[in-house]
Amino acid sequence: MAEPLLVVEDLHAWYGEAHVLHGMHFSVRTGEVVTLLGRNGAGKTTTLKAILGIVPRRSGSVRFEGQELVGLPPHRIARLGIAWCPEERGIFASLDVQENLLLPPVVAEGGLSSAAIFELFPNLRERLSSQGTKLSGGEQQMLAIARILRTGARLLLLDEPTEGLAPVIVQQIGRTIRRLKEQGFTILLVEQNFRFAAKLADRHYIVEHGRVVDEIAATELGPGQERLVAYLAV
Amino acid sequence: MAELLGIPAPVLFGQLLLGLINGAFYAILSLGLAVIFGLLNIINFTHGAQYMMGAFTAWMLLNHLGLGYWWALLLAPLLVGFTGILIERLLLKRLAGLDHLYGLLLTFGLALVIQGLFRNEFGSTGLPYAIPPELRGGQNLGFMFLPNYRAWVVGVSLAVCLATWLVIEKTRLGSYLRAATENPTLVQAMGIDVPRMVTLTYGFGVALAAFAGVLAAPIYQVSPLMGADLIIVVFAVVVIGGMGSILGSIVTGFGLGVIEGLTKVFWPEASSTVIFVIMAIVLLLRPAGLFGRSG
Repeated sequence: MAEPLLVVEDLHAWYGEAHVLHGMHFSVRTGEVVTLLGRNGAGKTTTLKAILGIVPRRSGSVRFEGQELVGLPPHRIARLGIAWCPEERGIFASLDVQENLLLPPVVAEGGLSSAAIFELFPNLRERLSSQGTKLSGGEQQMLAIARILRTGARLLLLDEPTEGLAPVIVQQIGRTIRRLKEQGFTILLVEQNFRFAAKLADRHYIVEHGRVVDEIAATELGPGQERLVAYLAV
Repeated sequence: MAELLGIPAPVLFGQLLLGLINGAFYAILSLGLAVIFGLLNIINFTHGAQYMMGAFTAWMLLNHLGLGYWWALLLAPLLVGFTGILIERLLLKRLAGLDHLYGLLLTFGLALVIQGLFRNEFGSTGLPYAIPPELRGGQNLGFMFLPNYRAWVVGVSLAVCLATWLVIEKTRLGSYLRAATENPTLVQAMGIDVPRMVTLTYGFGVALAAFAGVLAAPIYQVSPLMGADLIIVVFAVVVIGGMGSILGSIVTGFGLGVIEGLTKVFWPEASSTVIFVIMAIVLLLRPAGLFGRSG
């Protein structure tokens, strides 16, 4: 059987002296939606950043389509077809909406056309000339997702896309992620909102203290759900 | 003879023109500083020395290689810009993430070293550089005499400033630059080679300084300290315009040149301090500068 699209093995990461990831192991297969679940500070966001190569120091192995990413600079990693939607959304204040949308360079064929993007996010079309940060929180989140869809990247790393958003917007983002999965995108999703994640994902990895401590498939309904709740209960 | 506000018109317009000339140099130099500060977060104190290097490169091209003004206008920015690229790659790069103070110390020290080397080689008396034949002479506008070379300096400076502004504000390359100024990590994670962009941006800012140096060569004497004298005023211009603001540096550069020129007419004693007085007032009322974003 072919190797999964993304394979993470024994991934460690540091911020200065702080050792944040202590040997992450997990993998994502082409076309899957996989979540990293866990409490605040467990290392989920750092895991995404370590995949992208934007932590100060990392070791171990991250393979994408069989190619080793540890050791590559971030812009080379992105060019292989990995796109990131950061937790703070990263909308640029000095760029208007159109410039924000067109900012990430196209890295491969097969990205969404502008028409397809506006069909997914109709609000954006009317705001093209607004300053990026003048949008509402929900619109900024949509813009942050929209701009990585046109690049042709096939693996999307989404960091808490529902954080702080109204339920209607959360539902819209949920529908969007489902549509993207149907179109063959592979998605690694970091979430704290497990109700949201449970409806979308094929598999969940539970992250605690910089390690994967459990894996729960969406098909393991009853007992899996109980375990999930146990992990995430505060 | 016509008088305006009790001042003979030729005197008034003469000083206005002188103010515009100075303003042109302020604008190009502070524009380079703004571009560099925006992306590198480095206050480039070497800028004055790099302006001087541009003038000397023009002088050396003429006296050693027989290449005249127009070649110098093209080659000096490229050559001096290339030394800027070396400085960024070998030195400035290592300061990434450190306090502003380190960049300031390094670039200030570099300026002293470069000025010292040139003084050692050429002495401190200035070297003459002739106005190119195409731009000699002038126009009598009726109310004043306009030397062609000075008109050219104001015109080409405006054009270079506007072109730079257009590239930064209206093109895709410019949107990369603006985005990387805000959040370089995210821009690099989108697949853009930010370290290379940083190097080229520094090279471009330095090339602008050298370009101004070539423009200045026929007006001022080519001397090792020509930049050191000018750069203090240019830093005041940058502070007034707002650190890192592109449009701010252009408008403030020309504007303050004119204000300085007019002060020479109405209150000559104050002309060398007026810019610093304005700087103090602006810092009190709008600490981020006239065009700066606060916070």
